[in-house]
Amino acid sequence: MLFDAGTWSLITDVLAAVFILAGAFLTFAAGIGALRFPSLLARMHAVTKPQVLGLILLLIGLSLRVRSWSAVAMLALVVAFQLLTAPVGAHLVSRAGFRTGKVDESELQPNQMEPDDDEHTA
Amino acid sequence: MSLHPRRRTVRTVRGIVAQWPAIAVLAAIWVLLWGDLSWANVIAGALLAVLIMVVFPLPPVAAQGRFRLGPFLVLAGRFVADLVVASFHVAFMALRPRYVPRGAVVVVQLRNPDDVFLTITAVLSTLVPGSLVVEAQRRTGLVYLHVLDIEDSGGVEGVRRNVLQLEERVLRAFASDDVLAQCDVPQPGGRTSNEEVA
Repeated sequence: MLFDAGTWSLITDVLAAVFILAGAFLTFAAGIGALRFPSLLARMHAVTKPQVLGLILLLIGLSLRVRSWSAVAMLALVVAFQLLTAPVGAHLVSRAGFRTGKVDESELQPNQMEPDDDEHTA
Repeated sequence: MSLHPRRRTVRTVRGIVAQWPAIAVLAAIWVLLWGDLSWANVIAGALLAVLIMVVFPLPPVAAQGRFRLGPFLVLAGRFVADLVVASFHVAFMALRPRYVPRGAVVVVQLRNPDDVFLTITAVLSTLVPGSLVVEAQRRTGLVYLHVLDIEDSGGVEGVRRNVLQLEERVLRAFASDDVLAQCDVPQPGGRTSNEEVA
């Protein structure tokens, strides 16, 4: 053994603290971004990227601290569903924003959106 | 959705057996939720999975796919690295005082409009580079992306290049050799003729 059990526990605790702090920072920044960004679409960026990684880091830190397989399994599920659902949610909100005219298209430079395709009316 | 060909949903016993991977995944989720790997949980999970498949049938996913471990690890590794970079990038943008991002919508023509690869590429491109899928067209394989800051992302060309590279990694990890040949993606090392070259 390289270290005794107490030292290992200390190391994982410190790592857990680092992960939780990093995750908290990203989640916090995601919240700031959702408030500060000027448009609907820009806000969706804040709730996909930093938010998702922030949650992942928080849960990694948590599983390092809890050290129980059943808890880790549950947290892994949370991460998997977050990765699957966050982009879909952001996509649907953005698309709905575009279709209902909640997006100020004059701010988009360039704007290559061509909304009059037949699939839009489906 | 009348323009899309309506695919037959499978409700027969053979259809359910043919979708065994979905049943396995659902049963695994059930076991993970209980946090305890026991026969009772596995059997209950499998029974519930079959019940879900019967009550809420989905059309079978039509994909000519082949899983390749090496390219998949490349895709996953790049994804994690890009997710960290993109997250901190957006986080610092949010915290920078008096900063207003210059948004844009860019259209990218993907090489392969198959549902599975289009979906994976779209989901990953929402999470990874500075982009967000606003609209996707199955029929043509066109993806409309909102970019948070067009100059940071290297302009329209930079965004296109990034997404196409992402698609290439996805195709290399999951697509069959035929699809790769169609899309002009060089085949990764595997059981193909150019084994030594790769």
